[in-house]
Amino acid sequence: MATVTPPVPGRRHRTPLARREARWAYLFLAPWIIGFLIFYAGPMLASLWLSFTEYDVINPPQYTGLDNYRQLMSDPAVARSLGNTVYYTALHVPLVMLISLGLALLLKRVGRLQGFFRTVFYLPVMTPAVAVGILFLLLLNTQDGLINRALGLVGIAGPSWTTDPHWVMPGIILMSLWSLGSTVIIYLAALQNVPRDLYEAAAIDGAGSWARFRSVTLPMISGALFFTLIVNTIASLQMFTEVYTMYFGNRETQNTFNSDAASFYVIHLFQEAFQFLHMGFASAMAWLLFVIILIITLIQVKLSNRFVYYEGEDK
Amino acid sequence: MTTAVERGAAAPVPGLQPGRSAARRPPTEPARRPIWHRMLFVAALVGAAVLFMLPFVWLVSASLRPREYVFAPGFLPVPFAPENYAEAWQAVPLLTWFGNSVLVGVAAAAAVTLSSAWVAFGFAYFRFPGRNLLFGLVLATMMLPFAVTMIPTYLIWSNLGLTDTQVPLWAGNLFGSAFYIFLLRQFLLSLPREYFEAARMDGASYPQLFWKLAFPLIRPALLVAFVFEFKASWTDLLKPLIYLRNEQLYTLPRGLKVVLDRFGYGGEQQWEVVLAGSVLATLPMIILFFLAQRHFVEGIATTGRKG
Repeated sequence: MATVTPPVPGRRHRTPLARREARWAYLFLAPWIIGFLIFYAGPMLASLWLSFTEYDVINPPQYTGLDNYRQLMSDPAVARSLGNTVYYTALHVPLVMLISLGLALLLKRVGRLQGFFRTVFYLPVMTPAVAVGILFLLLLNTQDGLINRALGLVGIAGPSWTTDPHWVMPGIILMSLWSLGSTVIIYLAALQNVPRDLYEAAAIDGAGSWARFRSVTLPMISGALFFTLIVNTIASLQMFTEVYTMYFGNRETQNTFNSDAASFYVIHLFQEAFQFLHMGFASAMAWLLFVIILIITLIQVKLSNRFVYYEGEDK
Repeated sequence: MTTAVERGAAAPVPGLQPGRSAARRPPTEPARRPIWHRMLFVAALVGAAVLFMLPFVWLVSASLRPREYVFAPGFLPVPFAPENYAEAWQAVPLLTWFGNSVLVGVAAAAAVTLSSAWVAFGFAYFRFPGRNLLFGLVLATMMLPFAVTMIPTYLIWSNLGLTDTQVPLWAGNLFGSAFYIFLLRQFLLSLPREYFEAARMDGASYPQLFWKLAFPLIRPALLVAFVFEFKASWTDLLKPLIYLRNEQLYTLPRGLKVVLDRFGYGGEQQWEVVLAGSVLATLPMIILFFLAQRHFVEGIATTGRKG
C-alpha cells in the first residue's frame, strides 16, 4: 500500500505541483462529495429535523418538539416490533455464525469438492428475497408444507408456522438460515489464511484437535468472526423484504393472526412513513434505530478488543 | 488476486518468518488424516447440501405441476404442467417486469461501477489534505441505516417529479457508493505506482491515467462491483415499493409481490402462477452466479460483503 501513496509531506508551503494535484484529486472525488451532500448529509439533517415535527407530505411540517420521541417510548406497536427484531437478531446471528463455521470447517477438509459445495451453500443467497419469502411461505405451510411433512416422517406433528403467532418468529428464523452462504465463504477464506506452521507447531507440542481448534483456529479467525458478528447484526436489525413479502402489503387483513406477531422494526417504520404518512414519527423511529445500531456496534467493538487477535499487531 | 496482497499475507506472523504465509504454500494436505475421516466430512456436507438444495428442487418441480398438485408429496413434476408458465405470462406482464429489471439493473450497476472507480482513483492516486478524513467519511456511510435517509430522499425525488419513474432506482448510483469505492481503491492500491509515474512522464493527463491505465488493469474488480450491484438491484423490493405505482414500470420483485397478493393466499390460490413467477425471477440470478462465480466469491472473501 505504501508503495502507491507515500505519506503527505509535512511541509507548510505546498508546491504548485502539489496544489495542482490536489485540485485534480477533488475533481475525482467530486461525484462522491456531491452525492454525500445530497443523499447522506442533507437527508440526515432533514430527517433529524422531521423527527421533531408532524409531517404528512401534503401539509408543511409542524414542529411538535419531543412529541414523536415520547410517543415512540409509549407506543406498544413500536415496542412489539422492536422486541420481535431483537428476538430475531439474538437467535439468527449466533445460529448463522455457528452453522457457517461448522460448514466452513467441513469445507476446508474436503479438497477438490470444496468448490461444488461452496456453490450449493451460496445459491440461496442469489435467490431474490421476495422469492425466498414466497418459497418459505409454502414450505412452512402447516398441512402440506415440505417442512412439516419431513417432521411428520419422524413422528413430529409440525406447528402452524405461518398462522400461529407463537410460531411465526421461529419460522422466520428457520427461513433466514437458508441464506447463510456469504458467512460460510468469509469463514472459509479466513480458515485458509491460517498458516499451517501454527498447526504443526501445536501438534508437536502435543495439542489435540480440540486444543488446536481453541488455541490456533479460533484466535486466527477471530477477526472474521467479529466482522460477521457486526455485519450480520446490523443487517438483521434491518430485516425487511422476506417478512414483508410473507405477511404484509395488503395482506395484513388476510392473516389469520394479528400481524403484530410478524412485525419487524423497519417494516413498521416503512408502514408509518408510506402507508399512514406519519413521516415525522417514522423519522424519529429511524433515528432511534440508528442510535440502537451505533450502541450495539460500539459494545461489540469494545468486547472484540478483548477477544480479537489481529495479525501483525504492533501495539 | 487481491486477497494475498492486502490481507497482509506479507505481514509477518508473530514468531514466524515473514512472508512464509500458508496461502502461498501448495495446497497439498499432508496425508495424516485417515481416509474414512474425509469420507465422514463429505457425508456430512452431502447431507447439508441436500437440505440446502431441496427448497430449489421443490420450487421448480411444484411450478411445473397443475394447481391441485402443487402441494402433492414428492419431488417430481408429475403430472407435468409446463403450461403454468404460459398462464403466468398471460396473467401478469412478466416480460415487461423482466425487461424493467434488466434495464434498471444494468443502469444501476454501470452507474455505480463507473462513478465508484473514478472516485476510488482519486483516493488511491492523489495525496491531498483531508484525504484520510474523507475516506473515513466514505466508510462511515456504510454504517448508516437506509431508514435514516429514506424519507428525505423520497422527498427529493418527489420534488423533482420523478416518483413513479424508474430514475430513483438507479440515479443515486451516479455518485459512487462506499462499498465499491472501498473495494476498487484496494485494487488500485495494489498496482505499482511506477506505471502511473511513467505515463505521467510521457505526458498523460490524470483522466487518461484513469481511463487508459487504471481502468483496464482493475477490470476484474470492476466486474465484481458490476455483478454485486446488478444482483442487489435485481433483488431489491424496498425502492420499487416506495417509488413505483404504475404496474407497467414494476421490476420483477415488485411484480412478484403483486402476484403473491393477487394469486396467493387471500387471492385466487393459483400457486402455480406464483411459483412460475418465482422461478423466472430466480433463474437469471442462478445463471449470473455460474457465469461470474469467481467474482462473487472473490468479492465476498476480500470485502466480507453480505450477499
